[in-house]
Amino acid sequence: MAEESVKLLGYWASPFALRVKWALKLKGVHYEYVEENLPNKSPLLLRYNPVYKKIPVLVHNGKPLAESLLIIEYIDEAWKQNPLLPDDPYERANARLWAKFFDEKCVPEVMGAFASKGEEQEKAAKARENLKMLERALEGKPFFGGDKIGFLDIAVGWIGIWGRIVEEIAGVSLIDAETMPLLTAWLNNFLEVPVIKACIPSWHELLEHNKGFHKILTGSST
Amino acid sequence: MAEEVKLLMTWSSPFALRVVWALKLKGVQFDSIEEDLSNKSPLLLQYNPVHKKIPVLVHNGKPISESLVILEYVDETWRQYPLLPDGPYDRARARFWAKFSDDKVSPSMWGVFIKQGKEREEAFDQVFENLKFLEEELKGKKFFGGEKIGFADLALGWIAERVCVLEEIIGVKIVEEEKFPLVSAWMQEFVKVPIIKESLPPHEKLVTKIRGIREKFIGAA
Repeated sequence: MAEESVKLLGYWASPFALRVKWALKLKGVHYEYVEENLPNKSPLLLRYNPVYKKIPVLVHNGKPLAESLLIIEYIDEAWKQNPLLPDDPYERANARLWAKFFDEKCVPEVMGAFASKGEEQEKAAKARENLKMLERALEGKPFFGGDKIGFLDIAVGWIGIWGRIVEEIAGVSLIDAETMPLLTAWLNNFLEVPVIKACIPSWHELLEHNKGFHKILTGSST
Repeated sequence: MAEEVKLLMTWSSPFALRVVWALKLKGVQFDSIEEDLSNKSPLLLQYNPVHKKIPVLVHNGKPISESLVILEYVDETWRQYPLLPDGPYDRARARFWAKFSDDKVSPSMWGVFIKQGKEREEAFDQVFENLKFLEEELKGKKFFGGEKIGFADLALGWIAERVCVLEEIIGVKIVEEEKFPLVSAWMQEFVKVPIIKESLPPHEKLVTKIRGIREKFIGAA
């Protein structure tokens, strides 16, 4: 059989690239990681993702794919070991629905709180409201995937890191242990799983990187 | 066991239409329940408490919302007339174009529909950029799904079904055949497919409704 080639175009500070890394690691897939020097997008990136021009991009045997959740579904179908999505169609639908809810209703609110100058508390309140809803999908299980990590865990898990960064920089609360006990417990478990923990970028570097972003987004002078 | 399939929808929703098409292509019997979105039913609020939107598919009492998620569920539950292709890469590409439809094409089309003057010109630029990608994807194919319609066609099908309505209302051609010959041909072929043709909402009623939406939006701006 011809040797397989798997390349991941990513960026060290991107939670979307991290999701894909987690999926590849959980499946035990060997891949070559290519760091994009954002904001200077390489000709390779532009060729592989002309539509969105963003990372992550997975290139499997020369064929490119973009959009992190779609990439994760692809990884799940291309490599059958350690399934990420459940077997049952209704449970699969729920996993996809919650991932979509997180990306479309939680993430923009968190970004909104981060980028705001003056309205961060209101936006954080909305973010908390939506994040709290995710607890419905946990239903007393240790992970969204049940006894082990699945699709929804790796779709949402990065909020445990980036959420804390936004809390520190913007001075807001996003994941509140008192009002979100299930989510908090899940995050503590999830981020300690060795294969997950090993991929997480340096907290200090992420914090500094995002402090820089925050200054730009809020037009702060200090 | 008798199977119960219900679809909470509205007659004019392009998202609900995607699901109608999928169910009909698969020959699945279903009850359609018309929702009044200005007065949402307890059933809708019960079945979609998070988004409170249609379409919602209810299969043997279990609700699923979000049209593209419903399409995947329908495809996995009823295996006849597969909507997604077999291979993982082709499946991923079909999903990609479906997402592109909602992320990019739809908002850009809305922009052309409600904006005016310079803002509309800019919206047109966005639409043309998006259509170029679709034109490229259709090279050598009759439909996005190949010889017959599939997942991506159903996701993008609102273009074939609805752009003529938008064009009629704003009095401007959006998808010109000279500029986008493949997309134009696809639009014509798509609405000719019998299941699609028989499910199209009544044209005049749709024009009236959407014209009303536009006027309300522009009036409120």
